[in-house]
Amino acid sequence: MLQINNLYARIGEKQILNGINLEVNAGEVHAIMGPNGSGKSTLAAVLAGRADYEITSGSVNFMGKDLLELAPEERAGEGLFLAFQYPIEIPGVSNTNFLRTAYNAIRKYRGLETLDAAKFLKLMREKMKLVNIDQALLSRSLNEGFSGGEKKRNEIFQMALLEPKLSILDETDSGLDIDALRIVSQGVNALKTKETATIVVTHYQRLLDYIIPDHVHVLYKGRIVKSGGKELALELEEKGYDWIKEEVAAVGV
Amino acid sequence: MAIANKNTEQTALLKAVLQQFTTFEATLNGQAQLPLHTLRKQALKRLEQLGFPTIKHEEWKYTNLKNLVNKELLVQDELVQPSEETAKKLLQLTDLQDNLLVFVNGVLDKKLSKISLDSSQIIVENLADACKKYPELVEKYLAKLATDENNALLAMNTAFIKQGVFIYVKAKAVIEQPIFIQYLTDTTTNSVLVQPRHLIVLERSSQLTLVEKYRSIGNGLGLNNAVTEIYVSPNATFDHYKLQNDTATVSHIGMTEVHQQKDSRYHNTTVTLNGDLVRNNLHIAIDGENCESYMNGLYAPTGSTHIDNHTLADHRKPHSYSNELYKGILDGKSTGVFNGKIYVQQAAQKTNAFQSNRNILLSPTASVNTKPQLEIWADDVKCSHGCTTGALDEEPLFYLRSRGIPASEARALLLFAFAEDVLQRIKVPSLRAYVEDVIGRRLNVMSGE
Repeated sequence: MLQINNLYARIGEKQILNGINLEVNAGEVHAIMGPNGSGKSTLAAVLAGRADYEITSGSVNFMGKDLLELAPEERAGEGLFLAFQYPIEIPGVSNTNFLRTAYNAIRKYRGLETLDAAKFLKLMREKMKLVNIDQALLSRSLNEGFSGGEKKRNEIFQMALLEPKLSILDETDSGLDIDALRIVSQGVNALKTKETATIVVTHYQRLLDYIIPDHVHVLYKGRIVKSGGKELALELEEKGYDWIKEEVAAVGV
Repeated sequence: MAIANKNTEQTALLKAVLQQFTTFEATLNGQAQLPLHTLRKQALKRLEQLGFPTIKHEEWKYTNLKNLVNKELLVQDELVQPSEETAKKLLQLTDLQDNLLVFVNGVLDKKLSKISLDSSQIIVENLADACKKYPELVEKYLAKLATDENNALLAMNTAFIKQGVFIYVKAKAVIEQPIFIQYLTDTTTNSVLVQPRHLIVLERSSQLTLVEKYRSIGNGLGLNNAVTEIYVSPNATFDHYKLQNDTATVSHIGMTEVHQQKDSRYHNTTVTLNGDLVRNNLHIAIDGENCESYMNGLYAPTGSTHIDNHTLADHRKPHSYSNELYKGILDGKSTGVFNGKIYVQQAAQKTNAFQSNRNILLSPTASVNTKPQLEIWADDVKCSHGCTTGALDEEPLFYLRSRGIPASEARALLLFAFAEDVLQRIKVPSLRAYVEDVIGRRLNVMSGE
């Protein structure tokens, strides 16, 4: 589904990604962990198409297409979804109106019929159950004045509606209490199918108790320096990141 | 401050206007003997002495009338009936057809107009007719608020006082249905000077909603030089809307002078979409305690349109509240000016005044000059103001696009959201729907669809 080959990216003069290689197949859950500033969020942003970054070399193939050639909205249309670390507040745009606009834009991109307001409302009601989101949040302005947990729940709700093939969750767990974390993870797990894949970007292992990864990768200084199964996450939780840093230093990278 | 520039040469417009005054006088049919005509002649003299303001005048620093005053324009005084097709195309606003006044080049078109209000509650007359039917009322109020002797454009309007609307709402009358005034500037055969003069009086505890809408047709030049005087008596409520959507060859200089007495409410919403040069002067004298004044503005010019909003909230008495929110979305080579003055006189303790001006520039060639002015002479007041100008934020744009919404649609959505807090202050549902539709279509065009 996704192949990242030797990807380098920088922001301004600062090199952030230093040759990422990653392959994600349908049905898999990958966790990307790493200390602060290792490039985790940059990787997520680059995949979603944020303009601030310059790709200096490498390629990304998504569903057989050159992802880096696509505009952010085209990537969404192809089935890529990024749950933001800090969802943006947009006063004056109602959540419902936003969701319907996004839903229909993606349907249009995929050559499917768009839904009128009534039909969309019906669909929205079904999906609301998945993430236990409050009706009141939907009639408010997009994310405006939402609590941290409400914002993250709204991200997962969008994911449920837009039915992506690949979801990237960028630090979705940070700042959540355990109840919110459970709701968010239940939502993610409920949406998991054999045809979809998930990349979980996180600093803490805690989330991985709820969303069980098939593969865990450690990102450090813009490279994946270690990969393993879910037990790697536990090791990191126990020992911290310092031993990884030391290992890398010993190899002399 | 305007300075009389007696020594400068007369501009083409000034010459043309002075010449046409004699012809205009001849149309007055005996009314030339009335006191009103003395007022006209005095104003003409002042106009001749003052000449038009240049950018050397502080109040006209960013709005240059040079191109406008070097044109000969024809003073409009006779009705030229628009074709049915034009009327149909330009004069529609469903739901507001019951109390409709149509002015074509400043002259009331009685055939297209219709007033179905109870005359024991309200008087709605063409100003020329009101001068005959209610001379004492007109005498009492006309030209008593718009009195700036150094204002050449006011003088020019006063010199030709004849056409316009006279609205007099009687005490305690609550007029639920909005009165809708449509102005059509027709420049298909001539380049025109249109000078409506409006007088609106709300007596004690009365209530009125007025919607003014400007449209134009033709390729000739046009200038609307409109003066409106508004009296809001104690405990009265006036909702006042002005929509400007002229063609790129028609300019508008509007002067609205409002006088509020205690416990009154005046809400003004000005939406400007198009035109050549647009200057709106809105002055509110808050001359009583416990008044509420709202000034809402939205301007969205493209091309080389110039839009200048000059407002003044003049707090003269204690315990009043004014709230001003003006927002601009500027594209192309358009220019905007916002000059908002809050004046709190010494007696006006406990004044609460708020002002905000925000602008989004959609192109590198668009610009805006914004100048908030606070002059506060009282020591126990709450005043705040702020202004921002910048490009559309990238972060929200990326967020929307990452959800599959194409860039142009995402921009329109964000611009619409930016305008929303002004739009939501429009309290006439059909009017709000209309403005939202026009703005929505405009923003789609602006953001590249």
